[in-house]
Amino acid sequence: MRSRAASVRFDSVSKRFGEVLALNEVSFEIEPGTLVTQLGPSGCGKTTTLRLIAGLELPSGGAIHIGEQDVSTLPATSRDVTMVFQSYALFPHMSVLDNVAYGLRVSGVGREERKDLALQGLELVGLADLAPRLPSELSGGQQQRVAVARALVLEPSVLLFDEPLSNLDAKLRRQVRQEIRDLQQKLGLTAVYVTHDQEEALAVSDRIIVMRNAAIAQEGSPRELYEEPADLFVADFIGDANLVEASIEAVNDDRARVDIGGIRRELPARGLAPGPAHVAIRPESLLLRAGPHDGDTPSGTVREATYLGSHIEYNVQCDLGLLFVVDPRVDDMLAPGTRVGIDLAGHGVSLVHG
Amino acid sequence: MAKASPGHAAGGVPGGFDRHLAWWLALGWAGFAVLPWYAIEDGFWSFGWVAEAFADRDYAPALLQWLDFERPWLAPAGLALLLPLAVIRRRRTDPLFAWLLIASGALGLAYTLLQGFAIGIAGWEFEFLTRAFGEFGDRQFGMGYGALLVCAACLFMFAQGIAARGAINGDGFVVGAIALIIALVAAFVFFPISRILISAFQDNNYQYDLALFFEKLTSSSIWGLRCVGESVACGIAWNSLLLAVLTATSTTLLGLAFALIVSRTGFRAKRLLRVMTVLPLITPPFVIGLSIILLFGVSGTVTQFLDWAFGITPTRYVYGLPGVWFAQTLAFAPIAFLVMIGVVDGVSPSMEEAAQTLRADSWRTFTSVSLPLMRPGIANAFLLGFIESLADFGNPLVLGGDYDVLSTGIFFAIVGAQHDQGRAAVLAIVLLAFTLSAFLLQRLWLGRKSYATVTGKGDSGVPVALPRRLQVVVYSTALPWAALTAVIYAMILFGGFVEVWGLDHTLTLRHYADAFSVSVGSEGLLWTGAAWNSFGSTVTIAAIAAPLTASLGLLTAYLLVRQRFAGRDAFEFGTMLSFAIPGTVIGVSYILAFNVPPLELTGTGVILVLSFMFRNMPVGVRAGIAAMSQLDKSLDEASLTLGASSLTTVRRVILPLLRPAIVAALVFSFVRAMTAISAVIFLVSAEYDMATSYIIGRVENGDYGLAIAYASVLILVMVSVVMLVQLVVGERQLGRRRGEHAGGVAAAPA
Repeated sequence: MRSRAASVRFDSVSKRFGEVLALNEVSFEIEPGTLVTQLGPSGCGKTTTLRLIAGLELPSGGAIHIGEQDVSTLPATSRDVTMVFQSYALFPHMSVLDNVAYGLRVSGVGREERKDLALQGLELVGLADLAPRLPSELSGGQQQRVAVARALVLEPSVLLFDEPLSNLDAKLRRQVRQEIRDLQQKLGLTAVYVTHDQEEALAVSDRIIVMRNAAIAQEGSPRELYEEPADLFVADFIGDANLVEASIEAVNDDRARVDIGGIRRELPARGLAPGPAHVAIRPESLLLRAGPHDGDTPSGTVREATYLGSHIEYNVQCDLGLLFVVDPRVDDMLAPGTRVGIDLAGHGVSLVHG
Repeated sequence: MAKASPGHAAGGVPGGFDRHLAWWLALGWAGFAVLPWYAIEDGFWSFGWVAEAFADRDYAPALLQWLDFERPWLAPAGLALLLPLAVIRRRRTDPLFAWLLIASGALGLAYTLLQGFAIGIAGWEFEFLTRAFGEFGDRQFGMGYGALLVCAACLFMFAQGIAARGAINGDGFVVGAIALIIALVAAFVFFPISRILISAFQDNNYQYDLALFFEKLTSSSIWGLRCVGESVACGIAWNSLLLAVLTATSTTLLGLAFALIVSRTGFRAKRLLRVMTVLPLITPPFVIGLSIILLFGVSGTVTQFLDWAFGITPTRYVYGLPGVWFAQTLAFAPIAFLVMIGVVDGVSPSMEEAAQTLRADSWRTFTSVSLPLMRPGIANAFLLGFIESLADFGNPLVLGGDYDVLSTGIFFAIVGAQHDQGRAAVLAIVLLAFTLSAFLLQRLWLGRKSYATVTGKGDSGVPVALPRRLQVVVYSTALPWAALTAVIYAMILFGGFVEVWGLDHTLTLRHYADAFSVSVGSEGLLWTGAAWNSFGSTVTIAAIAAPLTASLGLLTAYLLVRQRFAGRDAFEFGTMLSFAIPGTVIGVSYILAFNVPPLELTGTGVILVLSFMFRNMPVGVRAGIAAMSQLDKSLDEASLTLGASSLTTVRRVILPLLRPAIVAALVFSFVRAMTAISAVIFLVSAEYDMATSYIIGRVENGDYGLAIAYASVLILVMVSVVMLVQLVVGERQLGRRRGEHAGGVAAAPA
């Protein structure tokens, strides 16, 4: 199967449903052959974005380009885009083979050729031997793969996934997401993937677009988003974060010297000026040390400790507020009430806006 | 392969040649230049005109009418078909393409209709036109194939134009379907009803007379209340209302009782009770009245027995309000039963269980939880019974005696000695006002108040058993009633085998022979029975109407469930409206509207088919909505993203999944067409007599034997149709159900 991957470009695209603004002048570009995830809480506009790419909705304003073509007014039927639905939407009255061949059939491909192509598609997802079955005779994971095969055989220039894993259980989810990622990379597809699961997004994406309130909150590689969240929303949505008050003492060459409750750090200034500021601290970047108060660093008291097998979660009350801490050292668990000193690791601390 | 291959692109290939437009244009031109413009006198399906199509003034197409036969006013319709040629090679996205199509479609349609209404059998139809243009030398008859095709082409050009402007994601099929249904409903529901309104304001010489209208509207024969305390007949409107309230109350209570037995008791013969729900479907309503005459009429079994045993002189006591009420209760209780089963089942058992864990006993649970939850449903059943009773025509006709109601009043105003169209129209307006108010009440007030919980989650609770005393009440009302229903049907089946009911109980096959005899003559099989003619045309008309009704209903349901468009609510209201229009009103309105050009349909089979289509359409719509709401919308979307057009999606995905609903809608419209009487009785003609009107005719002549024999044959035919279909579809449905889960909701985690 060849790849005809194309780019996707949104130029200040808006979408209204009556009074409701579902998407507010959103612009972004997706490079051909990459997998980009739309991530966000429900109602943020991520599914609307996907449906706009598919042509299941037409924009109320702005322009959508797929490759070089302006597709803003083109309905789904005429777009070279296919989609894997959350419910899979397999046609229950057709066999697996007929399902996969459906798109070929309606575009007028001959009977023999479409059977070959459909079987090739099923081969790709490892289900060729299930071709004669009905969808109802497959397991959830198999149905999911049929849906992928059905979308693949048309060799779309863009492939869309609408929360494709949400109906699978946790173990299967991990496996299938890897399969999807492998397939996408093997075939060099442009793929847009909607999810509200941040771990899934980090695992499969080349880039992630985090959405909030019908607009883009931040866009970047998984690492950028995790390590340098633009604001508390992103920091909190991708992984967990403690928001802590700090003060910027000086800014030099876009490096800021920051005082976080007595701990001093050099952090990227991200355009902030000296004065009061906020930093987001990942829970695993807070280091707890049992024992008495030591120097200028903040200290506090363990309020709760929860054992979770691979790590321990603490809630610590200190001068900075109530902090959420993840500690991988499960052997010596600190009992509630223990006085602790707090330090920061070299990563996972960043200045955030607002 | 690219998805944008020419196989499916919906006529919208940029810069290409718009095939859809070309097709409709060709059709329009065929209508304008080839097919006869005017209706063929010999009937819609006669083709004697073919030989003389271009020579005869009656058969010529519009083009020749204009050039050879001096009817130049037809020319502009052709102009509307000429304009779109200018843009046929343009892109769909070109604004000119859209505007030109919209303009030429709208103008062509409007002009064709206007000239049709303006120039009738007697030249100008309106006085102001005569004043403006002088006397008109020519005249024209009803529209035929040609005009029909030109109108259709204009309508679809208009729709294509709207679609090209981006309405409904630029989907030509959907916009076209919406336009088609709006046009049909406008032509065959709103237009006839508006004719009634107009004719109510006219005197018998077609002059407008407002004073006369108000005189008729406020007449004491309609609203008179002197009957209270005096022995004068009440106003006909009060008669109708009283009857409707009584019937609605009794049917609702019985329906509730039956439903409670079926879903909240351990009654053994539940399945037998459920059979009752099929009865009103297969029984022409007046047959119940007929059977009541056999039991309680002057020579009825019960009356005769009372005379023999107690010396009570036989009288016509059953004729009038008690008889009609009794018959309607028997006829419509099963409908209320059907509604109430849904309502009672809709009360979630877990609510009742919750009440019980809060220490309510079963009586308290029923009165404080179950009953309040059912209240909107009960009100719904009441309004339904109210509408059915007002609209009922057969029972009041057969059993009414001196007790006149609106529906029969309308009939007698038209066919009786008075022949007062104005009075019929006024009565129709009053009746329509009643049923429409009930309909509006049902939709606006109850529409938002349904507590029935359909979550899709399996409700695991067990319904609480009825309290003891309620069980006694329920059993003691419902079961005797069920027994009575059985007796009534037995009477109908048996009555046809008796020489003269009440006088000569010799068993005979004479009535069946009179109705359905067949003899072998010199020309082969001869259908000598008196009923064959009407039976044949009934089956034919019903068989033609059924697929049309079902497709109309399902298409409407598809648009309502699957598409979002401006004015969707008004669209839904318009398509459901004909449910609230009593058959007699439809009948009168069709006569008024389609007796004269441009749509001359009275006396044809077409008008019967049309009346069935639009009378039964709401039922098809409801069935379609119910079935389609069960199909996950992402199935459609998956098909669209895979490159199928809406039309292909409907054909390949939705229709196959809806097969059970389609069959149900087909059967239903077929059976309803077989049993309808109220509208039909106005529209039948010598050539197209219908079974029901034939039977009523026999009843009016006192020829009960033949009427009953015929009615029981009808019932048996319909029972076998319904059973056959249940047998075929019932099994399919099981197979499908497995599939639905797979497509809709993903399987549970492995």
